[in-house]
Formats: sequence, structure tokens, C-alpha cells
Amino acid sequence: MALITYREAIKQALDEEIQRDESVCIMGEEVAQYNGAYKVTEGLWAKHGDKRVIDTPISEAAFSGLAIGASALGVRPVIEMMFMSFSYVAIDQLFNNASFCRYMSGGLMNIPIVVRGPANGGTNVGATHSHTPENMVANHPGLKVVCPSNAYDAKGLMKAAIRDDDPVFVMENTLLYGEKWEVPEEEYIVELGVANILKEGEDMTIVSHGRCAMLSLQAAKTLEEKHGISVEVVDLRSIRPLDEETILNSVKKTGRALLVEENKPYCGVDAQISHIIQLKAFDYLDAPVHRVSSIDAPQIYAKPLEDWQIPNEERIIEGALKCMA
Amino acid sequence: MATPKKKSASKSTKSTDFAAAPINKALTKEEKIDLYRTIIGIRRFEERSLRAYNQGKIGGFLHLYIGQEAVAAGIVSLMEENDHIITAYRDHGHALAVGMSMNECMAEMYGKHTGCSKGKGGSMHFFAPDKNYWGGHGIVAGQTPLGAGLAFALKYKGLKGCALAFLGDGAVNQGSFMETLNLASLWNLPVIFVIENNGYSMGTSLKRSSAEENLAHRADGFDMEWEVCNGHDVYEVREVANRAMKRAREEMKPFLLEIRTYRYRGHSVADANHEKYRTKEEIEEYKRTKDPVNVIRQKLIDEGVMTEAEAKKIDQEKKDEAEASAKFADESPYAPRSEIQTDVYSEVDNDTEGKLKGTYFFND
Repeated sequence: MALITYREAIKQALDEEIQRDESVCIMGEEVAQYNGAYKVTEGLWAKHGDKRVIDTPISEAAFSGLAIGASALGVRPVIEMMFMSFSYVAIDQLFNNASFCRYMSGGLMNIPIVVRGPANGGTNVGATHSHTPENMVANHPGLKVVCPSNAYDAKGLMKAAIRDDDPVFVMENTLLYGEKWEVPEEEYIVELGVANILKEGEDMTIVSHGRCAMLSLQAAKTLEEKHGISVEVVDLRSIRPLDEETILNSVKKTGRALLVEENKPYCGVDAQISHIIQLKAFDYLDAPVHRVSSIDAPQIYAKPLEDWQIPNEERIIEGALKCMA
Repeated sequence: MATPKKKSASKSTKSTDFAAAPINKALTKEEKIDLYRTIIGIRRFEERSLRAYNQGKIGGFLHLYIGQEAVAAGIVSLMEENDHIITAYRDHGHALAVGMSMNECMAEMYGKHTGCSKGKGGSMHFFAPDKNYWGGHGIVAGQTPLGAGLAFALKYKGLKGCALAFLGDGAVNQGSFMETLNLASLWNLPVIFVIENNGYSMGTSLKRSSAEENLAHRADGFDMEWEVCNGHDVYEVREVANRAMKRAREEMKPFLLEIRTYRYRGHSVADANHEKYRTKEEIEEYKRTKDPVNVIRQKLIDEGVMTEAEAKKIDQEKKDEAEASAKFADESPYAPRSEIQTDVYSEVDNDTEGKLKGTYFFND
């Protein structure tokens, strides 16, 4: 095992997939000669050249659509959104064409593209650069979306996404890029649709995804040490497809569920998870399902306030105690 | 008005004998008759689909191509093995021109399981990847970056071919199209953007929607070659498009081709105002002098390629084929409800061994 950053893990996945399959290329703003706005693609252009690592103009709609058209003829483009917020200027391409072309062609077309980039707040950049649109992606049948919370998952999910024959969004996190985890040196894949139990527990389940899963893990340790509550933490990893079974098995065991995500609460991913739990594990619940989401307003710029707006350990503990009451 | 810096001369005002152009001279008698067959076929198919729409057999929208037939027929007749085509929602003409059957097209509009997209796409979303036809797209200009992507793939894979991305005159004012023009030129992609300029973006005339009415001139801003031609004479369409396509294939360069054409019907059949935003005389004048069906029919008769009687026979065959397609569509079943959730994910459709993990669909 090697201790590497989340950023390095993604780069390794891209590097290895570009080497493995000549149809894989990566394109986006500043991905090649600049080495990536967040240095995720650092060194890939020097290693693989212009054909495989391609700088685009600032034209998200055009290069997203171009990737879709190219994928129809067997190219497997990975497109980087410098921020996932910028996918909003390519909505028609990503949320009409990538998601529905297969369906509208009666299954004659498939779109093997990956859309990747950071989708997170907490970076003091205001509302236009802080979107977490995994809920929006998941709301479009035809699209898939994963949210790796650590380097191991980031590498394994990225490889699975690139090999997938459908369009997959990989939601990264700028606050995780520099964090390190143990990652095996040998090749591995993390399959879509398989959640990960980060910590086992008996009294309560926290279901989370992305960076919030790591915050939940910290909070779970504090809850155990300071409050004597044994918390199980389920990291979804994949939002669509979703590992319902792991969620439900955990909730049936603990009888309580706290859902933690950075999405805004209204129609967030956890609104759906909450529905699934009440529908399929109603008789097992000892308390209503509780949620900790971002505070329901556009992302605020001021740093101390933003740090409170998105879930943090303190708010997760507060939510957990309510759920236990 | 800026002078175009590219040398492509507009042919729209010159009267040239396009039949004598090498690309047309090379046509066999049978190939010429096929052009007529395609053009009249599109016309008769759409007339029949209009009846079906008015009978309530076809739902949604019906964007008719009547008046523009020579454009699709002419350009598609030039397609080679590695050439690909994509268009917007006025897509029936291109579909029939690439060889899709009237049955699968009519059935699609009826929403039937036997339709080209199993009734999942409708009138605006015909697809036939086996014929290099990639739709059929509903959002104005949304297909144009996909067209550039087809060209990108050809270049990436080292194939000699070109992509044809059709759009209307209304689509030129969409941002995605302008972004795509830049990308295509910047990356030297072998794509031909074909603006079928029928003068109206829905009910808004060109004058009222585009500051620069010479739409092809926009290519200058992207250092791209362009040309303008008329769309009623299939020979002219072929002559001009052939140059652009050859250049794309051989030099890996994009091209913007503006074809002046006309639609007789409204934007869609639901467009009840189409005789209010333009005059009846305008429509009649085009029909009288430039109807693409009449133009090719008369040319072929004058050339001695076919007789009046042969032309009538082909016309009748196409009417019969269209009629039969309506019957076929009418008698075809809808897809079973279980198919609402097929063709969403390729991985799910092909998961014959049940290896996939997780839930893909969220019905209670």
C-alpha cells in the first residue's frame, strides 16, 4: 500500500486508463499544458501528448457535446469541468443529450463518457462555484453519478466510470485533493452501486457521501467517545446506482438513521434516501429519519458563515443527538 | 457589411448549369432517378404524416420538411462510408434520404414499438446509427457540438470521412453553435455545418432575428470557409456540398454551408400563424418557381432521363408506400409497459448475467 493524495489517486486512474485503452482521452480547460487548474492531470500531457490530453477553450457546452458525439463513434472521452458548477452552462448537452440519446434512439446509441471535476463548497468562493449537483444528475435517468470520499474510492470509481458504457459523473472535492489515504499498488476497481461501511455500530446509522462521509466518520468517533453512542457510518460512494441494500440492512440493525450531505435539503439526495428508508424499513425505525444538509440558502461567501452553512462535525453531532433523543 | 476574407464565392445569384458539374455529370440514369425518388418520397411521406397528425394518430409536434427536400436528398447522396450525419427536429427528410424505411419512421411518429426508436423518441428523434444517422435532436442547435464530435472521432481514429451537422437559420443564434464553430475551426475538424435557411425561425423572420442576414458570413469570425447556395435544385446542392465534403475529408477542415431554402408549412403543424407572418403569395411564388420536386422532375424529363409517365409511376409508388406505412403504423402495437425502463442504461440492458450492483430505478 502507498500513502497517496486523492488528487494523485485520480491522476493514476486517468494515467492507467489512457495507457490501457487507446480510445480514452481527457479534455477540458487547462488540463494539458497548464497541468490542470487543480493539478489533477499534472504530467499527463507531457507523458501522453496532444492526442490524448486536450486543452479546450472555455466552451463547456461545445466540448461536452463534442465528447458525446465522439463517444457515439467509440471514443471514450473524460471531460473535466474545472468546477462542476460549470456544467450548468452545458446543461442541454449533459442533461438532455448525454442522458437521453440512448433512450430516444430506442437503445441504438450509448454514450460512454465521464464528466469529472470538483463539486463542493467550503472554499470561500461564493454561490456560483460551490454547487453539489449530484442530486440533479441522479434526477436524470440515463446518467450515473459517484462521489468518492477518499483516495482509494476516487481511483477505483474513476476506473469503473471510464470503463462504463453509460455517462458517469464523478464528483470530486477540492478540500480532499491534498488529503492522503492508503491505496494499493496493484490494479483494482470499485464497482458502481456498492456502498462502503466506514465504521460498524449498533445504536444509529449515519448515511453520507463525499467529503461529508469523512466528517461523519470523525463525528461518529466523537459520539462514541463523549456520548457513548455506537454509530455505524455508511458511505454511499455511488448515488445512482444506489446500494439500497446496505443502507436498509444498517438501518434495520440500528433502528435510527441520520443522513448527512452537502446538498441543500430540498430535493437533495437524502430526501430520496429518507423516502426509501421510511418505505422499506418503517417497522424497524425507533425515531424519525433526521438530516444534516447545507443550510438552505445560496452558498454564502463569508468563510466563518460558510463553514457553518455546510455540514461540519459540530452540526453532525447535534443532528445525531436529536436523532437519539 | 464586412467583406468576406475567405475566397468562397456566393453562387446564389449566378445562374449556372449545375447539371454539367462533374459530380452531377457522373451520375448514372438510375442514380438521377433515385434522387427524384428520394425527393418525391419525402414529400409523399410527409403529406401522409400530416393527414395522420390531423386525424389525431400522431401526437406531439410535427415539423414538416416540405419544400426543403432537395437539400437532404442532395447532400446525403454524396455520403461515403465514413461520413456521418446529424440534424435537428425537422428530421424526416434526412432519415428517409439515408435509407430509413417509411414504415419505421411512420411507426415512430405513431409511438409504436415498430418505430425506429420503439416509440421512445417520436417525430423529432429518429436514429439509425447503422446508416451513420445520429438523430433527430429536439433542442435548437443542441446537435451541433455532437456533429463536431462525430468529426473529432473520425480524426481521432484516423478515418477519412466527414460529419454533416444540419441546423436551421434559427439555430445560428444559439451559443452552443457559436462555441462549436470555434472549436471545429480551432481543432481542424472535418465537419460541414449545413444551415438550411428557410427564412423563418418559427414565426420570426430572418430579418427580425439575425443582425447579419448573411448567415454564412459568421464563419469569417472563426477563420472558417463558407459558401452560400440555393436549395431547390438538387444538382446545385450536390455541386456545392461536394466541394465542402471533399475538402473536409481530404484536408481535415470544417466548412459552413448556407443553403437558401423554404418550408411550405408552418414551423410545426401546430403553428397556426404561418400564413400571418408571411404572405400567401410568398409561399405560392416559391411553389410555382422553385418547388424541389417539380424542378428535378422537369430537369430529368428534359434530359430524357425519364418520361412523364415514369415520373408519375414513381410518384404513385411513393404515395402507395406512404399509405402502406400509415397502415403498418396503425396496426403495430405499442411497446409493453415493461419497456418504459429499458434502453435507459446500456449496462443494464446488457446485464444478462445479473452482475450489476445497486438500484438503478426508483419506483416505489
